[in-house]
Amino acid sequence: MTVTAPGQAAADAAAARPGAIQGRGPWRLAWERLRRDPVAVASAATLVLIVVAAVAAPAVAHAVGHGPDDQYPDIGLTPAGLPVGPGRTFLLGTDNLGRDLLVRILYGARISLLVGVVATVLATVAGVVVGLVAGYLGGVVDLVLARFMDMVLSFPYLLLAIALVSVFGPSLTISMLVIAFFSWAAIGRVVRGQALSIREKEYVEASWSVGSGGLRVMFVDILPNLLAPVLVLATLLVPAAIVFEATLSFLGLGVPPPTPTWGGMLSDSLAFYQVAWWFPLFPGLALLATTLAFNLLGDSVRDALDPTGGRAAAGGRR
Amino acid sequence: MAQRASGPGDVLLRLDGVVKHFPVGRGIFPGRDADAVHAVDGVSLEVHRGETLGLVGETGSGKSTLARCATRLHTLTAGRVVFEGHDITTLSRRELRPYRRQLQMVFQDPYGSLNPHRRVGSIIGDPLAVHGVAAGAARRRRVQELMELVGLNPEHYNRYPAEFSGGQRQRVGVARALALRPKLIVCDEPVSALDVSIRAQILNLLADVQRELDLTYLFISHDLSVVRRVSDRVAVMYLGKLAEVAPAAELYRRPRHPYVTALLSAVPVADPDLADRRERIILAGDPPSPVHPPAGCRFHPRCPKAQPRCVDEAPPLVPRGTDGADHPTACHFPVEPGEDLAHGHAAIDQPDQEAVGGLHRVAGSSP
Repeated sequence: MTVTAPGQAAADAAAARPGAIQGRGPWRLAWERLRRDPVAVASAATLVLIVVAAVAAPAVAHAVGHGPDDQYPDIGLTPAGLPVGPGRTFLLGTDNLGRDLLVRILYGARISLLVGVVATVLATVAGVVVGLVAGYLGGVVDLVLARFMDMVLSFPYLLLAIALVSVFGPSLTISMLVIAFFSWAAIGRVVRGQALSIREKEYVEASWSVGSGGLRVMFVDILPNLLAPVLVLATLLVPAAIVFEATLSFLGLGVPPPTPTWGGMLSDSLAFYQVAWWFPLFPGLALLATTLAFNLLGDSVRDALDPTGGRAAAGGRR
Repeated sequence: MAQRASGPGDVLLRLDGVVKHFPVGRGIFPGRDADAVHAVDGVSLEVHRGETLGLVGETGSGKSTLARCATRLHTLTAGRVVFEGHDITTLSRRELRPYRRQLQMVFQDPYGSLNPHRRVGSIIGDPLAVHGVAAGAARRRRVQELMELVGLNPEHYNRYPAEFSGGQRQRVGVARALALRPKLIVCDEPVSALDVSIRAQILNLLADVQRELDLTYLFISHDLSVVRRVSDRVAVMYLGKLAEVAPAAELYRRPRHPYVTALLSAVPVADPDLADRRERIILAGDPPSPVHPPAGCRFHPRCPKAQPRCVDEAPPLVPRGTDGADHPTACHFPVEPGEDLAHGHAAIDQPDQEAVGGLHRVAGSSP
């Protein structure tokens, strides 16, 4: 901590330090705390690795010489027609159609990350907009929107997802929209609560007293102060969306085959796990590593943004 | 009761029968909101140009609500707010904007009144930005002048509120209020959240800028010694109503309302001999609920001088006895100089009407 000069000594201090003084805002401080958190750094590194692997999927496919949808009935399957285990040709073995599992897992990462990120962004934007409007305006608008959010949250989402997908047919777009639709309300409710409480803060009153208009109060005074919990929630929403997508694919309601998805692979492996352990294991591990890394990162982000919050309750983590 | 030709200047702000009720137990059906907190219940007050009017009262007496009615941060339940002859009672937020330039506010909590996500430079520059007074480099220059004026290092323009101490933050709040060169600043307990050692600095700062910029203050506090130090006139509130208004020196020398007398007797004095000799008037009980304020005079359940008339009839705020027009008191039986209230009891025990039947002891009949 630097010692700040008291107001009276301001002139002296200014003379001593001619350079511009740059303040460290709340975001900056959180970022610095996050950088010092080993868990955050490790999970961020894992995520970078996964993203790089997903981006490099075609390169890997080219290097090993197997496309994601190429079937190798001769070398990829045993004479009995069962998957081949990990070896020199197929590093992580093959699936039930004699396709390279490694290449498919890497391509599956693209789907998982795409769905996770896009659905989260859609849900976050919708949740922030609806929550902010409800919390800021209050009254009847708030009553209607809050009840609507409660309704969305109380839907049996898997059942409805199944119904929607069977009506519109399974596709990547439908998967993302369905996931976003069932995720935004959680963010919306948090944002609404924050907006309701921030609206009564003295700095908002101060903003009214200098003559600010409604939009200025909403976006300059209220919005920046509720972004911290939104960021935490959004980070935790990504793994949830990935699992949601895997669930849909597992049930055959997500991205239709032959596009490789982790959930689809797990589903295919059900009949073979007794004779081909690698078939469910590697897609499962990929799913686990990705969601775990996102969840741990989300926890670290929360700690970094609110260093006094959970830490004291948890008995001090340091 | 409006008082005329008493102050040094003309009337800058006039509050006329201001009433502010907050509904409690709000339900979905509007008709059921029968109960309301009577935060301010008919206050008429004038702030004269160039003066500092102190507004004192205990927690819950409605002084902050009155301040927010005066600056139209609240919508009034009834009454009028007249600023420089313009009725601003019912103006919309947009219509109020030109008056905001003249009428600013300093808030109580230096931690809560600054947006933690914004740099102090943009906080102080906010009024300039909102009113389109200055932009870009000109605004920055103005902000740095203001920071210098309030004793902050202008180099700290880019810092965040969390990087300042409480006193420095309150300076930021003062700078923000000064940015538009207002005529009236409503100070809502500007020093009560500060360290005692910092209070004097902020009070001096307020006094300095008042002289420099010809400001008028409505200064709210629960601290009698602070109000005494800064105010030309003092108004005392009790449970949403004014108890007494008087020039500061006169109020402290010769209070007329029993409540004010009791309050002043509770102010700590630094002289131990004087403190020993002085007798404190101890009021019985707590202030009654503002949801169901007592009938008649609001102070009667705790007043050592209360009479049946105090239960029946609310005393108007008018000069009593030989008091000047600038010293109105809302009491049927004002305290006479030399009168001893210290040994009295609450003359009417029960806060409600059931106690009226002659159940009153005379002040001074100590056991």
